[in-house]
This record gives sequence, structure tokens and C-alpha cells, in this order.
Amino acid sequence: MSDARTGRLPASPTIHGRIVRLTHWLNALAFLILLLSGWKIYNASPVFAFRLPSELTLGGWLGGALLWHFAAMWLLALNGLLYLGHGFLCGHFRRKLWPVSPAAVWADIRAAFSGRLAHDDLSVYNAAQRAAYIALILGITLLALSGLAIWKPVQLAPLVQLFGGFDTARVVHFVAMALTLAVTAVHVLMVVLVPRTLLAMLIGRLPTVRSPQ
Amino acid sequence: MIKLKMGERFAALRNREIASLERRLFLRQGLSMGALSLLAGCNVTDEVGVENALRKISSWNDTVQAKLFDPKRLVEEYPASAIVRPFPFNAFYDEDGIPAVSAADFSLELAGLIRERKPWSLAELYALPQVTQTTRHICVEGWSAVGQWSGTPLRHFLERVGADTSARYVGFKCADDYYTSIDMATALHPQTLMAFRQDGDVLPAPNGFPLKIRVPTKLGFKNPKHVRAIFVTNEYPGGYWEDQGYNWFAGL
Repeated sequence: MSDARTGRLPASPTIHGRIVRLTHWLNALAFLILLLSGWKIYNASPVFAFRLPSELTLGGWLGGALLWHFAAMWLLALNGLLYLGHGFLCGHFRRKLWPVSPAAVWADIRAAFSGRLAHDDLSVYNAAQRAAYIALILGITLLALSGLAIWKPVQLAPLVQLFGGFDTARVVHFVAMALTLAVTAVHVLMVVLVPRTLLAMLIGRLPTVRSPQ
Repeated sequence: MIKLKMGERFAALRNREIASLERRLFLRQGLSMGALSLLAGCNVTDEVGVENALRKISSWNDTVQAKLFDPKRLVEEYPASAIVRPFPFNAFYDEDGIPAVSAADFSLELAGLIRERKPWSLAELYALPQVTQTTRHICVEGWSAVGQWSGTPLRHFLERVGADTSARYVGFKCADDYYTSIDMATALHPQTLMAFRQDGDVLPAPNGFPLKIRVPTKLGFKNPKHVRAIFVTNEYPGGYWEDQGYNWFAGL
């Protein structure tokens, strides 16, 4: 369908704005660096009775991993603040992530497993997506807070107490990593299953396709 | 409980072997970004540039941490029941490398911006006023252990020997060739101790006989053992691990 006066195709609607796309990819980069360097740091003194695969880790040795970790934390934090500020102040969260009810999430998850979940309009998140993105926001916030507690257990002593002590804060940091990674894995799987969502997050909209007459 | 601790200790030893091997690889291959460059689909060739950038961010983190450091904030003290026994041994060498320091021959050398630089014998040091603290030692590797140390606040000693407390750094040289340095604000913190005793006894050899600087506001590698010289300076002195890439301020 083309515009009657100009004969041009109408611009396809924006699915993801510039700030969302920018912060999404910077967050992905920061998370990847923190994840892989964090695994190396974990291996230096494992909290649990296992080590993470060393060949996947980043940094070469503990000192290198720490350099990466404490550099990428700035990217994660500053980018995260930009995203949260945009989300709360510009109404992005209210428009995109709200409302979300457990019943709707459950219905959408069931629909997804039976292959009936529609993705007609990528600019509207279904309930399962909303729940997943809220879980990621909370997971990364928990990672940042528990990370701060481990980094500064003396200067931020009240935060450490909130987590129940230094050693518990380490466990929280690890568990938050595992949960956030699990949600991220599902997220990436869904992108593989519906690849045009990747295009939307890269260029903001889907390319207009001239439908054959 | 003790079995677990011993297990941790062996794990720590094994870690060190792995760490030293990995460190050599690190120095040869830069930051070995294998996994990341694989995922990013690019070959990061300028690894020296990347390492320089990361080290710059690390010095920026030093600046931030110095600002975050509250010289009046005290570290949490624990009840005696929380003390970990035996206290973990950790160094850049195995236990057979622990230096044998002779109490009779020991003398603490002073250098740099200090007015009275005469060496101190162990008897003279032991005669200084002492306090006791039960605090958590946190290792850069992630493990932590509560221990009890007794000794003289470093602040008291620095003032006594006429150190220039407006200088930037206090450095330490050790009998095992370890060396490190801390900022003056931390050196003057009331809980930074010249520890001569641990857990009621003379400091055991594995834990730093005869003198360990106990800095509960910093990571374990900023708590030098077997200290044989203290110096005050305005020139960045670095440290054994810091020169290899550990963050210098390493504040808790």
C-alpha cells in the first residue's frame, strides 16, 4: 500500500526507539564481559563444589579477569542508569512492560509451548515477554547491588548486612548471575525462533516489503 | 569444619599453581580474550592497547575508591567464636617457602619521609602500646576468614617516628621479597595495625612473623607479612601483585 500523493511506501512503524536499542546492545556487551570475567573470578575460590569451564572465561588469570570485571561494571552501571531513567521517566516501562499479571504470563507461556503465541506486532510485548524483561531488570539490579556489597563490604557495610553477611552476598551474586543467565538464554532462544525480532532491535523497525499485487 | 577448611587450603594452593601458569600465559598472550573474540567474531590484535586501557580504568578505580574511603568508618568486629583456626596460609609461594626470620637479628628499617630513621629491634617494637582487633580478612580470590590480631596502630608509630603524614604513600618491604604500599589515609586509619601477635600468640611464621601490617579496610594482599622496612614517599611505590595487574587501592 503506497501513499496516494507521493507514491512512496509509508514508513514502517518504530518498534524499538534509539535509546532502547543503544542501551540493549551496550548492556549485552557489559553483561557478557562481566559474566565471563566473573566466572574466572569465581574459579579462584569457588563458592560451590564445582568450577566453571576455564576455556570460556575472560581475562587469562585472576588479575586480568578483575581488570575486565571492574571496567565493565562502569559500562553496566552507567548504561543501566540511562535505561532505567528512560524507562521510568519517558513512560517506556509503563507503555511496554505494564500491566503484567501472573495469569496472563502463564497463559502466554502455555501458548508459546503449543506454538500458538502470536508475534504479529513486535512493538507490543506479550505477557511472557513482559515478565522476562522485568525479571532481567530485577536480576541485573540484584547483581549490581550484591556486587557492590562484595566490592565494598566495609564502606557499604549496611548493604552487606542486608544480604546477610559477606559470604551470603557472594552466594546471592552467583545465584543472581545464574538466574539472569537462564532468562537471557530463553530470550536468545526466542530470538532464534523469531529472527525478525533481532532485526527490529538492530535497526528499530522492520523493512517495508512491497507486497506482490 | 576443619576438614573443609583444609580442603579450601589445598584448593587455594592448587589455585595458585594454576594462577601462576595462567599468569605466564597472560603475559605472553595479553588478555587471552579467546572466548570473547570468538563470540564477537573478531580477532583482537591490539591486546597491549586493551591492557593499557584496562589499567587506566583500574587507576580511575583507585581514585574513586580513595573518595569512597571514609577514614572514620570502623570495620566490623567479630566475637572470638567467629575466629577461623587454623588461619589460612596464603602467599605467592608454598609453605616450604616461608622465610625463617630470626627474632634476635631482626630490625625494622625506616626510610623516606621520616624524621627519625633509626632501626627498631623486636624488643623495642614489642614495648609499644598494643590493641587487639577481631576482624574479617578478605582475600582477592573471594574467600574470607575472621582472625584476631594484636599490635600497635600504624598511625601511632608513624607519628612517633616523625613520618610526614601529609605524604601520599606508605610502602612496605618484606623478608620474602614481597612488597606493597597503601595510601596515607588508610595508613592513618585507627584499625590499621603493626600486628605482632595473632590469636593470643606471637605471630606464627606462616602468618607473617615477626611483623604483619593488618589493614582490615583492604584486601588480603595489601596486608604484608614479614615486614622488614617501612618507607614514606610521594612517588607511587606499586606492589608485587599490583605491578602485575591487581588493582592498587584494593579497598573494602
